[in-house]
Amino acid sequence: MARLTLWRWGALGLAGVYFLVPLAASVVFTVDVPGQGITFDAYTQLLSADGFGSSLLLSLELAAATIAVVLLLTVPATVALRLGAARLRPVVEVVCSLPLVVPPIAFVAGIVTVLKWGPDHLSRTPLFQTFVAIQNPDFPVVLVLAYVVLALPFVYRALDAGLAAVDVRTLVEAARSCGASWPQALIRAVLPNLRGALLNASFLTLALVLGEFTIARLLGFQPFAVWIYSVSGANAQLSVAVSVLSLLVTWLLLLALAGVGGRSRTTASRG
Amino acid sequence: MTATLPRADTATAAGAKRRRRRAPGWLAVVPLLAFTAIAFGLPALAMLDGAFSVKDPATGAGSYSTANLTDSLQGAYLTALLGSIKLSAVSAALGALLGLPLAQAVVTSRSRALREGVLTASGVLANFGGVPLAFAFVATLGNAGVLTQHLGLKDKGWDLYSFWGLVIVYLYFLIPLMVLTITPALEGLRVQWREAAQNNGATGVQYWLHVALPVLTPTLLGGFVLLFGSAFAAYATAAAMVGSSVPLITLQIADALSGNVLVGQENVALALSFDMVLVAGLVMAVYLPLQRRSARWLA
Repeated sequence: MARLTLWRWGALGLAGVYFLVPLAASVVFTVDVPGQGITFDAYTQLLSADGFGSSLLLSLELAAATIAVVLLLTVPATVALRLGAARLRPVVEVVCSLPLVVPPIAFVAGIVTVLKWGPDHLSRTPLFQTFVAIQNPDFPVVLVLAYVVLALPFVYRALDAGLAAVDVRTLVEAARSCGASWPQALIRAVLPNLRGALLNASFLTLALVLGEFTIARLLGFQPFAVWIYSVSGANAQLSVAVSVLSLLVTWLLLLALAGVGGRSRTTASRG
Repeated sequence: MTATLPRADTATAAGAKRRRRRAPGWLAVVPLLAFTAIAFGLPALAMLDGAFSVKDPATGAGSYSTANLTDSLQGAYLTALLGSIKLSAVSAALGALLGLPLAQAVVTSRSRALREGVLTASGVLANFGGVPLAFAFVATLGNAGVLTQHLGLKDKGWDLYSFWGLVIVYLYFLIPLMVLTITPALEGLRVQWREAAQNNGATGVQYWLHVALPVLTPTLLGGFVLLFGSAFAAYATAAAMVGSSVPLITLQIADALSGNVLVGQENVALALSFDMVLVAGLVMAVYLPLQRRSARWLA
């Protein structure tokens, strides 16, 4: 038995070293600058760095818009699937899983092609203005559309799991019998019971949008992850410092999610 | 709507009422389907269309052919595709092999806090990737990295910006992903199975070879395939870390899209994307049945 314990602690210890060393080394890298000794310049420079505030703000706005759109689309649909449209269930399931089969880089290749139709074929139609509007650099709606698609599989699963734990039909029937209208029954009876699943879905989406790099970079926008990349050339210490911070923020978010929704079983890897 | 258009044969009062009650259900699903048709369907169709169309340089007339696909499977593109597959296969295999003992160590431990801690951390780490991960490793093992400097790794031939460097970085999110995938299966291994094996005189090794591993095989394979897909689709980490010193299909597509190579290569980028979708689709086609199979044993 002692051998087993030894083996277990060996495995856990090695894993601990592998997962903690890069984090510790990153912190050392940012504060121990060759030729300067210990300095916290990288962190103080951060707030005044060009583009830090605007790119972070853009990412947060995109995240808020993505969460709003994805919930508005999926909540009524998943509730309806439980209530009466059960035959559509396989269709919705497949539609919501398809984005998993298309890697983000392939997805953005398709988006680039579609966006080219604007100047190529549609320049004399009113649709052209739409194409211009969704690519407004101040608030690129096209990114929100893409992020909603990326988030769909995870949000759908989170909501579906949440709804499985609630007897929606009985809840709605009870609310309706008490004289509630359809929207009232949804908002006052069903949604409060889904609080955990909704928070879960929102946190996942937030983490996904904050870290998303591929689509934003190839479409030429500069939210937070792209900004970190762009400062790395000029100031290595600064870019690692931002990475450490963004990592901490994402972790706090996901730990909060783990606290709210139980253990997170997500596979939203964004390597 | 149906209530106002009674059909002679089926328009009983009850039938109409049932149909009216079902109407909101259909309507609530429509926006979701319409949205995915536009935001996902259009780019997907555009990719397919572009991957199969070629433009005659002399006449400018477009036509459908498989020339782009043929191009995408030749020369540097083929090298990149194979490079991606090799990198994903190696890191997924290592991730699966290293994740299994780690998960087993956690599952058999009696400390609840350790279990919950490791599983929560795995959930976080499995979602960690992209640019910050790349920079954390550059700060640790890069040319000016802390470990590289202090341990003098450079003189020993260490290079983070290489195939094995990428494998080490990818394992950072692949191992936790494997732990999350395999833990429910390990928890599903009944104590009685081990006891039954022991009562029949089996050693620990025999128990693992003849009982545990066969039950775990679908989950292990499923985990491997999932890890493969995750590594295959990864772009941000590689782009921020190695630039183009390791040939990868995601980097090739990005280069072709941003016009870093010959003009007119966009459609080859689309063909490469199509190749990727095929590989990813194959991965899912293997993964889903395996998942279902392991669920049958471990329910």
